Amino acid sequence: MFKIFEPNKIFKITSKAPKYVIFLFVVILTVGLSEALIFSPEDYKQSHAVRIMYVHVPAAWISLSIFSLITVLSIIGYIFKHQNFFLISKSLAPSGFVFNIIALVTGAIWGKPTWGTWWAWDARITSMLILALFYALYLITWRLYEDKEKVMKITTFITILGIINVPIIKFSVDWWNTLHQPASINILSKNVIHSSMLMPLIIMTAAFALFSLLIFLMKYNTELIKIKNKGLDRL
Amino acid sequence: MINEFFLMNGYGIYVFSAFAFTLLNFTILYLIIRSQFEREKEKFINKFGSLDHQKAKTAKLQKINKEILSNSTIN
Repeated sequence: MFKIFEPNKIFKITSKAPKYVIFLFVVILTVGLSEALIFSPEDYKQSHAVRIMYVHVPAAWISLSIFSLITVLSIIGYIFKHQNFFLISKSLAPSGFVFNIIALVTGAIWGKPTWGTWWAWDARITSMLILALFYALYLITWRLYEDKEKVMKITTFITILGIINVPIIKFSVDWWNTLHQPASINILSKNVIHSSMLMPLIIMTAAFALFSLLIFLMKYNTELIKIKNKGLDRL
Repeated sequence: MINEFFLMNGYGIYVFSAFAFTLLNFTILYLIIRSQFEREKEKFINKFGSLDHQKAKTAKLQKINKEILSNSTIN
């Protein structure tokens, strides 16, 4: 059923893809940075501080998406006992964690000029911090345990627990009174963000997604070589 | 003009530090992952080089092993 994910079959692609992905990433990031820092307009209320949105929001989106993906892959991997799904999940986690940290830190930097504080224990910020803890726990578990079966079980459990936090992050601005404004971009209804600001946001999100893909590919290749190294020991 | 760009009505320090932090994290993560990759690949090439002829022949039957060695001196 999952033969398409066999490492032996996809390594040829995953080993060659990074050089193309890095080229595309640099091009799109350059366009995104020019749009975000030069061409996009300043906000009538926040002035130039609004530009922080172009790194803060994509970082938060990507870290949430990666965690959701890790959870789905871990559950499928656990049900079908397919080790490669865990390998993919493990390779996705480092970039997800780093994007989570970027979202928290750039959020704090944005908070100072707009709210007058670096940090507040508001629902969105606190739930993002909890997500970072789940990421950390997930990564530490892979480092701590040698037993494959055990690590798969524990990491799946961590992701299932952590995924409960994802809708809390998303809807925290609607459920509680927080410093964050409600979502400006909606898939199902009309966006309340002007296209001159939406465009750089989309470009920066694409650049960040490409960076995640690059890190994933490199990490995945490393993990595969690690397995092959163990295979040579057994020869 | 350039001063205006960097000052951004007094918000420049916040805007550029947020962007710099992001790019710094990208660079650090990329370098860490790349060094891990290079280390594992080197380990693999060294192990492969120390295999006797028969074992090397068996190992080479796997496509993925050939692929890993494709850019090395052993192929």
